[in-house]
Formats: sequence, structure tokens, C-alpha cells
Amino acid sequence: MVELARRIDLRPHRTYAGVSLPVILGLFAACVFLAGGCLSSGIFAQQTVAGLAQGAVYASLALALVLIYRATEVINFAQGEMAMASVYIAYQLIQWGFSYWEAFVVTLAVAFVLGVVIQVAVIRPVQHTSVIAVVIVTVGLFILIDGLVNWKWGGAIRFMPAPFGQKVYHAGGVAFARQDLGTMAVTVVSVVLLWFLFQFTKLGLGMRAAALRPAAATLVGVRVEVMLAIGWGLAAVLGAVAGLMAEPAQFVLQPTLMQSVLLYAFAAAVLGGLESPAGAVVGGLALGVFLNLVGQYVHFITSELRQPFAFAVLLAVLLVKPTGLFGRSRVRKV
Amino acid sequence: MGAVAGTAVVLALLPFALSGYHQALAAKAGTFFIAILGLNILIGYSGQISIGHGAFMAIGGYTTAVLSRDHHTNLVLTMLAAFAICFVCGLLVGLPALRLSGVYLALATFALAVSVPQFPLKFSKYLGGSGGVQSARTVSPLWLYGVGWSAAAILFVLAWLILRGRTGRAFRAIRDSEVAATSSGVELPVYKTLAFGISAAFAGVAGSLFVLGTNGFAQPSEFGVILSLQILIGAAVAGLGSLGGVIVGAVFVGLLPEISSSVPLIGSSHGQDVVFGLLVILIMLLLPTGAAGLVPRLRRLRARA
Repeated sequence: MVELARRIDLRPHRTYAGVSLPVILGLFAACVFLAGGCLSSGIFAQQTVAGLAQGAVYASLALALVLIYRATEVINFAQGEMAMASVYIAYQLIQWGFSYWEAFVVTLAVAFVLGVVIQVAVIRPVQHTSVIAVVIVTVGLFILIDGLVNWKWGGAIRFMPAPFGQKVYHAGGVAFARQDLGTMAVTVVSVVLLWFLFQFTKLGLGMRAAALRPAAATLVGVRVEVMLAIGWGLAAVLGAVAGLMAEPAQFVLQPTLMQSVLLYAFAAAVLGGLESPAGAVVGGLALGVFLNLVGQYVHFITSELRQPFAFAVLLAVLLVKPTGLFGRSRVRKV
Repeated sequence: MGAVAGTAVVLALLPFALSGYHQALAAKAGTFFIAILGLNILIGYSGQISIGHGAFMAIGGYTTAVLSRDHHTNLVLTMLAAFAICFVCGLLVGLPALRLSGVYLALATFALAVSVPQFPLKFSKYLGGSGGVQSARTVSPLWLYGVGWSAAAILFVLAWLILRGRTGRAFRAIRDSEVAATSSGVELPVYKTLAFGISAAFAGVAGSLFVLGTNGFAQPSEFGVILSLQILIGAAVAGLGSLGGVIVGAVFVGLLPEISSSVPLIGSSHGQDVVFGLLVILIMLLLPTGAAGLVPRLRRLRARA
């Protein structure tokens, strides 16, 4: 099976080239600007690091959205609530006496199973009817999960132990919160593991084949339905990582934990071009840093305008490049 | 046709059989009827998706509240103003939407739903901040029911007239194939933005009624993302691309939370969310084409039997 699957052409066909030169040059210029700013101003550096940590959370959730979008062309509106429910599961485990990192690992396993179950139970039956039906089902899941969590744990705020402690490092007059560094480390590790899975394992090859060429994949013996279910499971795991990393940044646990994060993750995923995992990561980090710097230096953009501003930027990018920074414009056959 | 006339007669007689509380509930269903009707024109007929129609409801609602607060304008006139203002806003949103399609359009309109309720918070001097805007006059449940369902009836006829003629044909042609529509001489930009304008105008009237239904109080928190999602759910439950099921969708999103809260087992508001979410998923699993798809399906079953 592996040999045959390798022969499936996984290059996206009927498309133009993906990342264009202007985008790469623009990103390079942005990096140079950030590096220069960080060297010349301590506050700038501090905001950049905090922004990268926030952006890492957006990037994880955006990556989860992209995983599902690539496989089924559907945006999962329940992704944030699934992540929020996972954090509550971790909270419950800690209450039962698990240590933080034990609870972390067990939660990821539970999230994987939940993701698979959701795909098999409610997504698969509507998958072939219409895109709008699948979207409505995920909206239904959003409301359902939100209701269940509120029912079981209530809307009151709760506290979890801080995974990385409250320590702050100082380097050259700049303070780095250990929490921020830890968030970035966990995100980098999970993204690299995922990349490794997709690029170098038999399972990952099967999943890529199932997402990009379902018919050809079926012909060479890839069980497409199983692969899609595993994809949902992995997305749920990534979401859980994002949720567990978002919780300490907000200091408290409440059912609205992931709602604004989901909005920024949407923006990040679209910014990166929805079909591109690398785009989701770059989009998330860029959004986190950009919003933090704008919040610091542009006084008109107060906290009320943070979301509208993020979306105005998103809209501006889409108008110039309607399929996002890393997206490929599709040539449709008529 | 007979079904429409029958529904109209029942709706006209209904308030005499209802208490004030239930009249207000039925008026709420009328509000959703108008919003779902408008969204159906956009998604079901012109093929453009919007997950942000709550934003237009917010604009319509604030139009009514602010006009009434500052100028003591007649409330029915404020609804006309909401219609006009939201029509223009819809055209303005429809222009950038021309460059986007599918999921990108969905998320861009979603962004709209998130952003618009933030503006009253930023410009609290004129728009009341988180405390909201109180209209100068409040209305009785019967007024709300009468005006609401009359508006619904007028807009239903208007939608039917638009959709059966040249414009409706153009919308459907675009939905089914943009290339084929262009090559038959349909001007895509004109009709696509027009669809956005019309559907936003409907949502604006619904927003006016929505605010009048909350004692004339326009508040940012009432126009959250969840409202947009409710309209979308209503449109899907009603069935896209057909006007027959709209009332089912309106009753579903307008009344279900209230009905389920009176069932003792469910009790709290979170229990309602659980029931609502479950039902949405079940309906989509069993009836992916919504209520409008039910009648043809029953006919087919009977033909087989």
C-alpha cells in the first residue's frame, strides 16, 4: 500500500504556484523591522515576545482549523469550544489529584478520542450532503458543547495551577515571562511533531492522500474515512494544546475561554490561506505580534477596537490576495 | 398558495387566542421570520454565504433606538429608515464581497458580526456604550405582533415578487454557475451586490423589531455572534432556496428556547442550550435540506408506497 500511495501525485494540481515572491519579501522585511525594533527598544522587544506567545496559541488553533479544512473543505466552528471542553477535562483531572503534566497528557488522549467520535457520529453522515449542512452541524456542536460545560461545571470562574510558574527572566533590560517562553516551546514541539507525522510516517502519507486525492487514495487501499476521523482527532488534540496554553494567559478558567481565541484563529488561518499549515502558523504569529505592537503604540486602537481592527487588516489582505498570503488561487474547470 | 393563505389567516387570528406574554413570543418568531427570509434570498438564491447578518440587525436596531431617542420619530418610520440604511450598508459590504467566495466570504462576514457590536462600546457618547440606547417609546406585545407580522407579510410578498421576476432569475443563474450567468449577459457585480443589499435591508427591519421586542432597548450584548448563528440555523432548518419553509425556521429559533425551558427536566438555560444544539444536529442529520425539503420527500415516499 505504501509503495502505491507514494505514487499518488500529491502536488496540488490545477493551481498556480503557492507562495509568491512579494509575500516572502514582505515577511522578510517584517522580520527585519521586528529585529531592528527589538534591538533598539526594550518595550518593543517585550511586546514582541508577548505577542509571539499569544500568536503561538492562535497558531495552534488555526492549524487545527486548517487540518480539517484541507481534508473536508469545512470550517469547524466548534473547534474553540472543543478546546475549551478539553481544558475543563484537564481541570477535573487535576481536581482528582493528577499533576498538571499528567493531566495534560491524559487530556490530549481524551481530546483525540472525542474528536474521532464527533467525526464518526455527526460529521460523517452529513459530509456528502452539502457544505452548509456540515457548517450548521458544527454550529450546533458549538452550542451543545457550550451548554454541556455550563451544565456540568457552571459559568463561575475557576483556577488551575500555572504550568510554568510565574517566574520572569531578565536579559538586557527586557523581561521574559517563563509562561510565554513555555507556551512557545510547547507550540513549537507540537507543530514539529505534527509535521513529522505527516511527512515521514505511513499514517501521515495516508492522511495526506485521503485529504488531497480521496478517489486515488481509495483505489490504492487507503481507508479514507478512517483517515478523516484521525484528522479530526489530531485537530482536537491541537485545539486542546491551544486551550491549555491559552488558559494561563487569561489567568482564570471560564466557558468563554476560547471564544475570542477562535476568532483570532479564524483570522490567522484565513490570513495564511486556509489550505496551508505553514500559512496558519505564520498567520497566527504575525497576528499576535502585530496586535500587541499596535495596542502598545497606536492609542486609537483601544481594547474594544482590537477585534474589529484585526478583521479590518484581514479584510484588507483578502482584498489584495483573496486566498490569503500562502494560498493558491484555484483554476476552476468550467 | 393555499398553504400561504391558510398560514396568513391563522397568523391574523392568533393574537385573539394568546396572552400578552405569548403574543410577545409570537412577535419574536415574526422578527426571526424576516431575518431568515432575507438571509435565504442571499444564501439560497444568490449563492453567497453570510454568517454575519446579526451585524445588519444591530445596525437596524440602533437606527430605531437612536432615531426614537433623539428625534421621537414614529417607530414605523424608523423601521423604514432601518430598511434604507441597511440596504446601503448591505451594498457597501457586497462590494468587497465580490472578490471573495465560499469560506473566505463566510469568515469575512463572520468578522462583521464580531466587529459591529464593538462600535457602540468605542463610540459610547453617541451609541450608549455597554449600557445601550433606550428608545423614547415602548410598545405593547399586541402592537409588536401586529406590526411585526404585517411587516413580515409585506416583505414576504416583496421577496416573492423580486424572486419570481428577472432579478430572481439572475440570482439563481449566478448561484448555479457564475460563468454561465455571465455568458448569458447577467451582470455579476450588479446582482451580487443587490442581493447583499436586499437581504441586509430585511435584516435591518428585523433588527428594529428585535429592539422593540426588548422594550426598545438596544444593547451591544444582545447582538452578539450567537444572533447571527441563530439566523443561519433558522435558514438551514427552513431550507435554502425555497420560501415555503421560512416559517418553520422562524418558529424553531424563535420559540424553541422558551418551550424547552418549560419542560421541568431541562430546567436551566444551559439545559436549553444542550437541547437546542442537539436538535440542530439531529435536524441536519435527518433533513439536510431543511423543512422545505420535507414536502418533496414525503411526496416521493407516497409515490413509492
